[in-house]
Amino acid sequence: MATPLPTPGVGRTPEPPDAGGACASCALAPEATRLARLGLDPGRYSHVVALAGNPNTGKSTVFNALTGLRQHVGNWAGKTVARAEGGFSYGGVGYRIVDLPGTYSLLSASADEDVARDVLLFGRPDVTVVVVDATRLERNLPLVLQVRQITGRVVVALNLVDEARRHGITVDVRHLARELGVPVVATAARRGEGLPDLLAAIEQVATTDDPPPPLRLVHRDPELERAVATLADQVAARFPTLPNTRWVALRLLEGDPGIEAAVRDGSLGDLAAPPPGTVEAAG
Amino acid sequence: MSTDLLEEAARLRRGLPDDVGDRIVESLYTDATRLAETSVDRDGAASRLTVDRALDRVLTHRVWGFLAMGVLFFGVFWFTIAGAAVPSDLLYVLLVENGHAWLRDGFAAVGAPWWVTGLLVDGVYLATAWVIAVMLPPMAIFFPLFTLLEDFGYLPRVAFNLDRLFARAGAHGKQSLTMMMGYGCNAAGVTATRIIDSRRERLIAIITNNFSICNGRWPTLILMGTIFVGAVVPPALAGLVAAGAVIAVVILGIGVTLAVSWALSRTVLRGESSVYSLELPPYRPPRVLRTLWTSIIDRTFKVLRRAVVMAAPAGAVIWLVGNVHLGDASVAGHLVTALGPLGWVMGLNGVILLAYLVAVPANEIIIPTIVMLTLTLGAPVAGAAPGVMLDLGDDAQIGTVLVTTGGWTLLTAVNLMIFTLLHHPCSTTVLTIWHETRSVRWTTVATLLPLGLGFVVCASVAGVVRLLGA
Repeated sequence: MATPLPTPGVGRTPEPPDAGGACASCALAPEATRLARLGLDPGRYSHVVALAGNPNTGKSTVFNALTGLRQHVGNWAGKTVARAEGGFSYGGVGYRIVDLPGTYSLLSASADEDVARDVLLFGRPDVTVVVVDATRLERNLPLVLQVRQITGRVVVALNLVDEARRHGITVDVRHLARELGVPVVATAARRGEGLPDLLAAIEQVATTDDPPPPLRLVHRDPELERAVATLADQVAARFPTLPNTRWVALRLLEGDPGIEAAVRDGSLGDLAAPPPGTVEAAG
Repeated sequence: MSTDLLEEAARLRRGLPDDVGDRIVESLYTDATRLAETSVDRDGAASRLTVDRALDRVLTHRVWGFLAMGVLFFGVFWFTIAGAAVPSDLLYVLLVENGHAWLRDGFAAVGAPWWVTGLLVDGVYLATAWVIAVMLPPMAIFFPLFTLLEDFGYLPRVAFNLDRLFARAGAHGKQSLTMMMGYGCNAAGVTATRIIDSRRERLIAIITNNFSICNGRWPTLILMGTIFVGAVVPPALAGLVAAGAVIAVVILGIGVTLAVSWALSRTVLRGESSVYSLELPPYRPPRVLRTLWTSIIDRTFKVLRRAVVMAAPAGAVIWLVGNVHLGDASVAGHLVTALGPLGWVMGLNGVILLAYLVAVPANEIIIPTIVMLTLTLGAPVAGAAPGVMLDLGDDAQIGTVLVTTGGWTLLTAVNLMIFTLLHHPCSTTVLTIWHETRSVRWTTVATLLPLGLGFVVCASVAGVVRLLGA
């Protein structure tokens, strides 16, 4: 059984973009012919892909490149406030892709962060693609680390590498991938650069039976670290199959109302089941 | 059992310092910084980034920033006004003059009853043709230009410049971003206020979004500016003065936004101002062809389609109220007479107010509605059959008709420009406001507050002008 993504407390964008056909102008490499853009109609899909990222990192451009949709892309933060959905087929397998609002964190300070966090935590996508801006990595990594604390099913799209190159910035992709424990793909989505690699990485993470465990960040503050460890043990005892106990423990220490509610009504326990994986579901 | 976990969390939290949330975030950012430092090699980065910095030094400067903002927007409007004249004339000749005549002839040839011809050709077709001729050329120029500025990365700089002003008005700095959205479409602007986390500041942003002139209202302003304000100066300066008049209304809108935000945050929506960080994106060379394509498809045609969909039934309504007679006058005649005194007080007239009633669903059709009502009701003009709209060649003729038949003055045009800024949001926006706030009270406030302001400002302007003129 596939778990449908929950609908958070906001609606869709008032005007859904017109469904477009294949994008003729995108310069995709030949191997990407395995890609079929399904626009707004994902049809039957096997995997759910969530697209997260800071505002203005080219998230919507990646979304458009994958789905063939032409959502308006703006060069400013906060363009996409609601989530948009679309679909594509890669290697004959259907993917549904959810474009989350751009956020700097998942700490649930505003409605858009709530949407992003709820989809990642409760929607349990098969793959979360975090789009980051290669020219300002230090400002993008906090979100990547937070997503990695929740799940190991992550692909990092190091976007805007063309701009980084122009500015003389080089990012060590292999080092980053090693540190994060997940695939990191350099892309320039505006030109279609790196999209074949990104698709391959998405496929690999979506189909693996053995994703890396959620990232464990050790806090230098011994007091805090002790509290987190204690509480994480208790969370693990209460929800034995929950993978991201430390992240949940952190949120509970902060008094995050959304997570507290999920503990109270037991819905956090539902997250313990293995993710939907490769089960076929109707769109 | 699950509550045990919460109690344990609460117990542990009590053992920790109060700023545990901050410490967690701090620890996260420390890790992020370390990871970024070991992964990024910024060879030569400093030298290349200075272009961005130099641009920002000017465009976000306390003085030069505002000056650059004025010059850029002025340029956009001037280009729109100057560039739209010729294609607008062509569309008039094609759709309104010839198209209308051909259709009338065609209907006459097949022997259609007079009222069918009236309703469909003089009502539905003419209103639709009008909307296209009035709106398409300026939109096809304005939207791509605006989108190019947006893609270049300029809009966040505008937000940055205005941020200080918003902070002083007790509003959230991100309101400047939602305001920018509102310049496209107020419904979209209201939805965009979701990026504001505090409910208080979000309500302020929602209520004031209507003071950003939306797609539907730009054509009215541009047309009024062109045919009335621009006409009082020598032709060589007309374009510049017309653009200046439009800019003046935009600035008035920003002023009203700040004033209303200030008033709300000191009365019914009191509270702390939130702190936030506004990221200035790098300047990116806009991809011109793609921008032209998306702005014409996404914006121009979408807005035009909406206008046409609204104009067709409105055309039928206009024809009906103009031709269905109750007693000695048409329905429109009665309504205009009834609204006349109120219109006079506001320096407008009954026709304009009736047009705003007909055009509640969409601001786009205000000007065509006004002109059609004026012609339907006005004293017979040579060449016009009763109840049939005169075919007008160009913008100047619209002006002539409004002046001679409608009795318009410069005051009417200026007050219409003010009322275009200050009136109730369109029905789509009102629905969106209700959807976002789920509050009948705030939706009502957001709807009636601008209308009330519009009445007060228009009546004041009319009063002052009449006092000085008398």
